[in-house]
Amino acid sequence: MTTTALPVRQTSHSTLPAARGRAGFGGAVRSELTKIRSVRSTYWSLIALVVVTIGIGALFAFGKAQNFSQMPPFAQAHARAQDISQATAQSLFGLILGQLVIAVLGALTITSEYSTGMMRTSLTVMPRRGVSLAAKAVVFGTIALVVGLITSFVSYFVGQAILSTQHINSSIGQPGVLRAVIGGGLFLAVCGLLSFGLGAILRHTAGAITASIGLLFVLFILSGFLPYNWAVHIDKWIPFNAGGAIWENQSGTAMFSPWAGFAVFCGYAAIALVAGLLLFRKRDA
Amino acid sequence: MIEARGLTKRYGDTLAVDDLTFSVEPGKITGFLGPNGAGKTTSMRLILGLDHPTSGTVTVNGKPFAELAHPMREVGALLDAKAVHGGRSAYNHLLCLAETNNLPRRRVDEVLAMVGLTEVAGKRSKGFSLGMGQRLGIAAALLGDPAILMFDEPVNGLDPEGILWIRNLMKALAAEGRTIFVSSHLMSEMEHTADHLLVIGRGRIISDCTVAEFIAANSRQSVRVRTPQPGELARVVAAAGGSVHEDGDGLMVVQGLDVTQVGDLAFENAVRLHELAPAQASLEQAFMELTASSVQFHAGVPTERDREPAIAGKVA
Repeated sequence: MTTTALPVRQTSHSTLPAARGRAGFGGAVRSELTKIRSVRSTYWSLIALVVVTIGIGALFAFGKAQNFSQMPPFAQAHARAQDISQATAQSLFGLILGQLVIAVLGALTITSEYSTGMMRTSLTVMPRRGVSLAAKAVVFGTIALVVGLITSFVSYFVGQAILSTQHINSSIGQPGVLRAVIGGGLFLAVCGLLSFGLGAILRHTAGAITASIGLLFVLFILSGFLPYNWAVHIDKWIPFNAGGAIWENQSGTAMFSPWAGFAVFCGYAAIALVAGLLLFRKRDA
Repeated sequence: MIEARGLTKRYGDTLAVDDLTFSVEPGKITGFLGPNGAGKTTSMRLILGLDHPTSGTVTVNGKPFAELAHPMREVGALLDAKAVHGGRSAYNHLLCLAETNNLPRRRVDEVLAMVGLTEVAGKRSKGFSLGMGQRLGIAAALLGDPAILMFDEPVNGLDPEGILWIRNLMKALAAEGRTIFVSSHLMSEMEHTADHLLVIGRGRIISDCTVAEFIAANSRQSVRVRTPQPGELARVVAAAGGSVHEDGDGLMVVQGLDVTQVGDLAFENAVRLHELAPAQASLEQAFMELTASSVQFHAGVPTERDREPAIAGKVA
């Protein structure tokens, strides 16, 4: 790489087409798409998401199948019905860790702009902050949803293939199964957006990832220590339990129904996103 | 045209910019001069809407920056060349900026060629030298072919070749009729490039004049004299209406009289001279004197300017 003795060249070619309209959402979306596809962390995070989620789902299914195969026949007969009822959720268990990976990418999408200083450059070319942040959220959310759906469907089919060796699998046509598998993708996308919102609020990679993991994972673990009479009221509101209702197939009365739980989960993400947007507009960059 | 009216920015207890009112006229290079911490960067951030003013307003071509239809087509700014994602290639960096303002893709290739980065367009900017990073920042500012360009300390840290390149670039851009607003803490940098000077110290405008006016007001003649009879000389000079002060090593600086007058005075009063020479106060010195009272952190060691009579206020 040499940069020696470069003459100053003519800077104005006036080759730019005449300006039309106003720089807005469309351009901002194209820009965000270029941004997200042109850094390696995006690919590493998405590969990690796919591998971790599918891998853990497959491992769970494999363990379950092994377990089942070693049962005496009378126990198998007894266990079969219950195993089939859990087959879908088991193949999707990788989402428990997958949510953390997408949370990392969600946070990074915005916090990496702060840590590198790119945010100042971005706002200097597109000072309409609402447009800027909305475009970023839409682009990231769409990618998270598409990759999340693919991950969820592959997890499901890989898991069922393993479980089917013992005939303890579910099938996609059974009631609630398709909803759960699509729900797995939706769950991942919303996890990512929740983390993105936290990133906009905190503007710091480590802080945002820690906050996301705290909300999504630690809160869920801590909820296990609650005394029963508290747990029945609080458990369903824990973000993971609310968001997980759509794919976990839980029928516990203490939990929300799938879509109600998912709506609550979306509500949490919306709070983070709106708070992030308000702060993003108000604060000095 | 950039216009600031009563622009004020307070960060906690610190008043970074205090009631600035100025305008940057079109088609000229305006040097924005001040010591470190004077509020140059803050002012530029306020112009670009990166920071919200505590009070006052600033407009670009009559509108707040954020309301411009295509901001890149009107203002190109380079505040901090390091404000890029180092993991992104130069090309993609410029592309993602261009796309926000619906600028065509080929414009990215054009600006890369202008700053001489075509060969490294596909490389991640993480590995760029300071000079290359600066060129990338300038390429970004030129993307929209804007009539107004803002550069914050563009030569800071560059090698002589890089400095020359930036200087020539600014002249070339100005020759095309563009408005250039460039900050510096070095008078010498502005002396040969700027048309107009805006001097800022401790967040306030100290001087707003053309470079020619600044030179006329600040380049007072002085005379360097070496004599074994300093007391005698001081007396006759004072009697003739000049002022004198010792500069160490027996060297004396006379102000208010020219070389001929000092020589004649010495001859007439039989004061022995070992050296007699005209000295022109440099603009750097004038600038330092102008901002001396407004420098935020004085070094502990007394310097020449602390002892010299201040000539500030002349152009303020």
